[in-house]
Amino acid sequence: MRHFISIADLTREDALAVLATAEHMAQTQSRSIRKLPTLVGTTVVNLFFEDSTRTRISFEAAAKRLSADVINFSAKGSSISKGESLKDTALTLQAMGADAVVVRSASSGAAHLLAHSGWIDQPIINAGDGAHEHPTQAMLDAFTMRRHLRPEDPSADLAGAHVVIVGDVLHSRVARSNVLLLTLLGARVTLVAPPALVPVGASAWPCEISYDLDAALATGPDAVMMLRVQSERMVGGGFFPTAGEYSRRYGLSAARAQTLPDHAIVMHPGPMNRGFEIDGSVADSPRSVIVEQVASGVFVRMAVLYHLLATDAREAPRDH
Amino acid sequence: MTDDRSTGSQPAPETPAPPAGSSRVLGPDEIRRALTRVAHEILESGHGAEDLVLLGIPHRGVPLARRLAEQIARAEGRPEGEGLSDLHGALDITMYRDDLRSNPTRAPSPTRIPRAGIDGRTVVLVDDVLYSGRTVRAALDALSAIGRPAAVRLAVLVDRGHRELPIRADHVGKNLPTARSERVHVQLTETDGTDAVDIVRLAAGEGEGA
Repeated sequence: MRHFISIADLTREDALAVLATAEHMAQTQSRSIRKLPTLVGTTVVNLFFEDSTRTRISFEAAAKRLSADVINFSAKGSSISKGESLKDTALTLQAMGADAVVVRSASSGAAHLLAHSGWIDQPIINAGDGAHEHPTQAMLDAFTMRRHLRPEDPSADLAGAHVVIVGDVLHSRVARSNVLLLTLLGARVTLVAPPALVPVGASAWPCEISYDLDAALATGPDAVMMLRVQSERMVGGGFFPTAGEYSRRYGLSAARAQTLPDHAIVMHPGPMNRGFEIDGSVADSPRSVIVEQVASGVFVRMAVLYHLLATDAREAPRDH
Repeated sequence: MTDDRSTGSQPAPETPAPPAGSSRVLGPDEIRRALTRVAHEILESGHGAEDLVLLGIPHRGVPLARRLAEQIARAEGRPEGEGLSDLHGALDITMYRDDLRSNPTRAPSPTRIPRAGIDGRTVVLVDDVLYSGRTVRAALDALSAIGRPAAVRLAVLVDRGHRELPIRADHVGKNLPTARSERVHVQLTETDGTDAVDIVRLAAGEGEGA
């Protein structure tokens, strides 16, 4: 792995190798001293063109636990708002000696452009690009699912698991990355959304699509992932009649959560709209792993940084 | 250390002859005798097996630590298997290496520390080959993140010389003078299907990492 742009670039072996390293990282984080010297002397730049608190903090924590230096470069208060281009920013980071760039952008393909434009030689990690992908989120979701659904085998894949992903699929890079990764690991995925929030072309994705949440939950899934309704991207409205109707038909209420099998877990990538797509009591229930997902995020991002930076980049080996 | 993970594990015939271009230094009997002697040295240097923890460095240090622990438990007259898992473990050092950026990605191995921990106990680090000393340096760093042992000792099956750091072994199975152009190839039943130590002469230009 040279960059971490898209789940579509990964083989099953790549994904399992990152998950295995993440398990190792998790083990080191229970020690009395949690900081590892692995990436001492390297600089990781968090280049965020879009607001994000938890993803940026998660990457920052991951880099710091591995002893890398972290520079946060956010669009607000930077030259980007004065009209500097992505290219000029990349050249600046290259000149400053960044060893890896974590990029979040509202434009699909920004990370890919940065990685393959020739403006910058360093590994690029996609921290979310438009409605395209958010690969480290999918990795942390798979990591969390594996711990709960395959607790006896830390090297297992997710073969045979059934995951239901519910909500604003149209604007969700999390859903897209998860469909790709979960199916790569052998799981079956059902997307549930109102018709207006299913992206064009989703019928070609390797998953089932349903418009009926109760019917999907009645199949007894192993995990239910609620997506945030991204109201800020719904310019013009018209995606669903009213918030109340969306919540009634597609929200995970306490009554709906009770129909789930005992072992089923409830997930949410955050930040949650409590009482809208997920009821507060469900988010705080024992089957909710939402807080654990945040912890998993640090382990998975440590693993991704390790795979990209603790290696001889000149050789850029395909295998591990 | 010999870092030859690519060597496939052949099914164990009696004692397979060393491959061409290499010479056998230790066979199964010599390895067993060397480990028995090291186990007794470890017992004599301390005050018995109380507060002793043997931590193997992956990959081949781990089975060696287990074998030494078994010998020590036997020498102490413990019933078979009793308290054995408290006597040995594994210490992965991947995240503490100083050569990560000059090699392809290394997959870390599990670390397993006995339940009682290492604080205040005597830790014996166990590895197959002592060479530059860099692996041991990394292991000392890894150890300090886990706890504060009363003392740390080092036991190796083979000391081949060419140290690059001020590190020495307390217990050595076999001192083996080598040239830098040679490679010490350790095979163990648990990882490779057979017990053997070979010296392999490398072709010119075929270097070896630390």
